Amino acid sequence: MYGLFLRHFYLIKSSFPRILDLIYWPTIQIILWGFISKFFSSYSDYYNNTVGVILTCAILYDFLFRSSISFNMLFLEEIWSRNFTNLFIAPLKIKEIIVSLIFTALLRTLIGLVPAIIITAPLFGISILKLGLPLLFLFLSLYIFGITLGLLVSSGLLRYGPSFENIAWSSLFLLAPLGCIYYPIEILPHFFQLLAKGLPLVYIFDEARNILMNGDVDYTKIYFAYFLNIIYLVVSICLFYMSFSRSREKGTLINMGE
Amino acid sequence: MDNYLKIESLHKSYNNIEAVKNISFSIKKNEIIGLLGPNGCGKTTTIGMILGLLKPTSGKILLNNKDIEKNRIETLKKINFISPYVELPKKLTVKENLIVYGKLYGVKDINLKIDYLCDKLRLDEIIYSITGELSSGQKNRVSLAKAIINDPMLLLLDEPTASLDPETGDFVRTFIENYQNEKGNSILLASHNMSEVERLCSSVLMMKNGSIIDYGEPNKLILKHGRKNLEEVFLKLTRKNEF
Repeated sequence: MYGLFLRHFYLIKSSFPRILDLIYWPTIQIILWGFISKFFSSYSDYYNNTVGVILTCAILYDFLFRSSISFNMLFLEEIWSRNFTNLFIAPLKIKEIIVSLIFTALLRTLIGLVPAIIITAPLFGISILKLGLPLLFLFLSLYIFGITLGLLVSSGLLRYGPSFENIAWSSLFLLAPLGCIYYPIEILPHFFQLLAKGLPLVYIFDEARNILMNGDVDYTKIYFAYFLNIIYLVVSICLFYMSFSRSREKGTLINMGE
Repeated sequence: MDNYLKIESLHKSYNNIEAVKNISFSIKKNEIIGLLGPNGCGKTTTIGMILGLLKPTSGKILLNNKDIEKNRIETLKKINFISPYVELPKKLTVKENLIVYGKLYGVKDINLKIDYLCDKLRLDEIIYSITGELSSGQKNRVSLAKAIINDPMLLLLDEPTASLDPETGDFVRTFIENYQNEKGNSILLASHNMSEVERLCSSVLMMKNGSIIDYGEPNKLILKHGRKNLEEVFLKLTRKNEF
């Protein structure tokens, strides 16, 4: 496990452009949402006196986005470098590959997001830490969902090969409207509300807004988000194992390595 | 002598193609077997199944009497592989790659092992170089270092000297010979270089259309088919019944 972590750690540390790339997009994203947030907080009744709501949600969403993309990127990196075969003939259990990628994805995510979070205080006078201890629960919940999406996309890559790559990039954009990141679920049409209620994102972002706007914490929503997260995570892990098995039957693993 | 690798009625069909048809063979300890055949004859599929990358449709692969399918991780610790079509992470230095794979294979004293590999494979000058910036010959030596980092009891070599200049090719062949003499491991060598196979292998498996069509010591096969060398035997066997 440590070997696989080390492989990606070496990759990141040896390349300044790679580190810059990891930091650049979250920073730009957060600066942009910082200004939008500033504008809305001045002109919207809903966000009145809650300057950091949009920006905080933007940071949380970016954390989710980065964790999922990081997981996919680690997987794609092996395909692009034609190292896939070497990785899958090493004596690594599938669960070890998953755990290793989970921790490495966290490293990548934090490299990108920590500088972006730090600049929000001097630039916009907002600190995401205002969410207090529940912030930790929200981050963890988002991370689990990000990893779940990463696992689902990686299962597709295992099963269908590199042609599944485009899905890796678009998976989160598909869920973003239903995740109710910046608005309450009631905004969605009824049918979409039904779909959205099955996503942990709705409860996570709703609770983030609730904490910032009302100053109290409704742990039932946080717990329910975890409950949904665990279900999806278990499903995605099972799917990953099934895809691995299927790719051994169909020969995808061997073709992907060459 | 004990059979270290035993293949029993191995069959693989996928995408409506029978890639490997009920083949059986074995490799003893301290033996190099050549796997020959035209492109698409099932060599890579066979190697893929031994490596656990492909699931056999039927049949068994036993490594040291243990079923590979049932003991995947345990057996993978004792196997390694090299192919010009599989590369190591390009952005990492040679040393970083060897550390990574040393860790993945659970090598205990990795620095000592890297020193040994540097000495045996002339890696000293390139150990801090970026792997992707090396020449084909240098990359090949690094891949070979990765392939023996765990002291594999079974080494699978898929065209290990393809696209190498004669000097580097000879270096690799000499290294394989010496390494096998030193460690006494089993080697399965898939190659299109017939002189290489004649030099290194004690026996040869000839494959065509997923089946083993002949098997034996290179010299005996040459005599049996009344040809001058293994290349002519190969051409005779693979062109048979073809227009």
